[in-house]
Amino acid sequence: MVLTLAKPRPIWQIMFSTHHTDVGLLYLIFSIMAMFIGGAMAIAIRVELFAPGAQLIADSMTYNRLFTSHGTTMIFLFLLPSASAVGNYLVPIMVRYKDMAYPKLNAIAFWMIPPAAALIWLGMADFGWYANPPYSVISAPAPAAEMWIFGLKILGVSSVLGGINFIVTILKCKHPDMSLGKVPLLAWSFLATSVIVVMAIPTFAAALIMLLTDRLGVSGFFNPLVGGDPIAYQHLFWFTFHPEVYVLVIPAIGMMYEIIPRFSRRPIFSHSSGVFAFVLLAIVSFASWAHHMFATGMSFTEKTVFMVGTLAAVPASAMHVFNFLATMWNGRIKFATPMMFAVGGIALFFSAGAGGVVNTAMPLDFITHDSYWVVGHFHLFVFGTIAFGTIGFFYYLFPYVTRRMYNEKLGVVHFILSMVGASLTFFTQHLLGLYGMPRRIFDYPEIPEWIAMNQIISVGAMIILVGMVIFLANLIYSTARGKPANMEDPFGLGGKYYYPYSQLNPHHDKAGY
Amino acid sequence: MGHSNWPEWIYVAVVIALLVYVGAEAWNIENIIEHVPEDAEIIKVTAQQWFWTFEHEDGTKEIGELHLKKDHAYKFEIHSKDVNHNFNIPEFVVLMDAVPGRINTVWFSPNESGEFDIQCREYCGLIHYNMRAKLFVEGS
Repeated sequence: MVLTLAKPRPIWQIMFSTHHTDVGLLYLIFSIMAMFIGGAMAIAIRVELFAPGAQLIADSMTYNRLFTSHGTTMIFLFLLPSASAVGNYLVPIMVRYKDMAYPKLNAIAFWMIPPAAALIWLGMADFGWYANPPYSVISAPAPAAEMWIFGLKILGVSSVLGGINFIVTILKCKHPDMSLGKVPLLAWSFLATSVIVVMAIPTFAAALIMLLTDRLGVSGFFNPLVGGDPIAYQHLFWFTFHPEVYVLVIPAIGMMYEIIPRFSRRPIFSHSSGVFAFVLLAIVSFASWAHHMFATGMSFTEKTVFMVGTLAAVPASAMHVFNFLATMWNGRIKFATPMMFAVGGIALFFSAGAGGVVNTAMPLDFITHDSYWVVGHFHLFVFGTIAFGTIGFFYYLFPYVTRRMYNEKLGVVHFILSMVGASLTFFTQHLLGLYGMPRRIFDYPEIPEWIAMNQIISVGAMIILVGMVIFLANLIYSTARGKPANMEDPFGLGGKYYYPYSQLNPHHDKAGY
Repeated sequence: MGHSNWPEWIYVAVVIALLVYVGAEAWNIENIIEHVPEDAEIIKVTAQQWFWTFEHEDGTKEIGELHLKKDHAYKFEIHSKDVNHNFNIPEFVVLMDAVPGRINTVWFSPNESGEFDIQCREYCGLIHYNMRAKLFVEGS
């Protein structure tokens, strides 16, 4: 296929290729690298918070730069590209087309990401991943802020290009015999996601330009000193980035839809309700953005409207959970690593959703807002659900990419460490939030409960780190030395592994491979 | 939706019923909470990088400390001089953003006396982590 080290292809051949599997491989490698960079930042943060007082990081400015870059990296450089990796590999195959609709655009969309990443990592802005004005306009140091703005601008264009490509590939290039209802749920998830991206990103793109001109002093959209309104930025930001949460979560759900029926050896309980829930999620994702802003002084009516809009997303998510459970019911389940990650991901997805209902209930939001509860809540989504689904799918995809098998024992160890670590870290963060600890703080007073909980959280983070190191070692070792996989059925499930898994990369693969 | 999945519809109906209940309760309670008592004393809260200033109705100002009486209603009028902050007394679930150019209000009535923490809960820069004040609630 593409990454067989026995017969290595020159690196430039992969880099300058436009074939969907090559672009997918680039996305895959980049996203795993970004995960480790973002993870290193998270570990630095957790070491710093292990006890009151400066531990590892000398000053709060460095700390602020770290948590900003951690969030930006994980969302834009790990989660989004990792979904694109899976989409690039599988969407064209699932709709039975030879490649993405616009192969060159596809490669361009990927190659916009490394320069953006360079801007973000070299700049290390300090205003949080949401760049709230007026702080980001009047207080944040240059040039880091400008570098972040341009980095995000480039990433936004890249997302829109990728989104258009997926939409056209699925709607226009699918095999004529294949009706839209027959398109697999993973491909459906990319369709729903891409529609959200194309509709949501332009708003933030506009807000970024306004932020930049505000910083340059030629406008005052968000600067109250000249009559601007900082809350307007928050509306524009969350109008893009609340739907963006679904952009991240929907492909992960789609990946679970691939894994769970195969490893349960049963067809999916209801394909149509999966499609229905995806479409519903894509629509209601636009009705809830201002639930991030209850404490900005919104009126009672506004709060009620956005509470209802937020609650409306819950039935659709619950339908997915039902679909998974009903598929597994009475199935002959094989708990290999991908299935473990998928099932663990569902459990954490459910917990995260339940926490979300608490956040949106208006009076309770004033307990949880901007506290560690929120940190725990969204990490249950981004790590517990999305990274679990994606990493499980990486394991599932491993034989497809390398024609070898990963080490199953190490995979199971990775899963157990991730599950234990995630539970310790993120559930404890919920509690810590209820004890009143704010987010984004470099140091905290010596309150015994806070100290104890922070130490549990840091230990949990270390456990996740150990799991991730094992994951990396497994990937590298198995790519080079793993057992050759049985490409008909590498997981021994008694069905075909992948659609036409032997589909060759026409640019590079030689016949008779 | 095709074949028989009535269990799913029952399940969705139960979920929706639970959500309606949560939403209605939240609406009810928020309605009660937002009703400010008539006799509430107004305290002007000014946030700036990185300390709190409080001004009582009689004009006395306090910096970094706030002295209140037990079982007496207070309405805070919160604004900021520079960037966004968030006025938070975790012990009494008092939480409201301080936004430059706006005055946000929140009220509470301390029901126990003692010494409590006031903190900033919205990221505001270098010393955000230590933008704290003390609340003293004095006997009845």
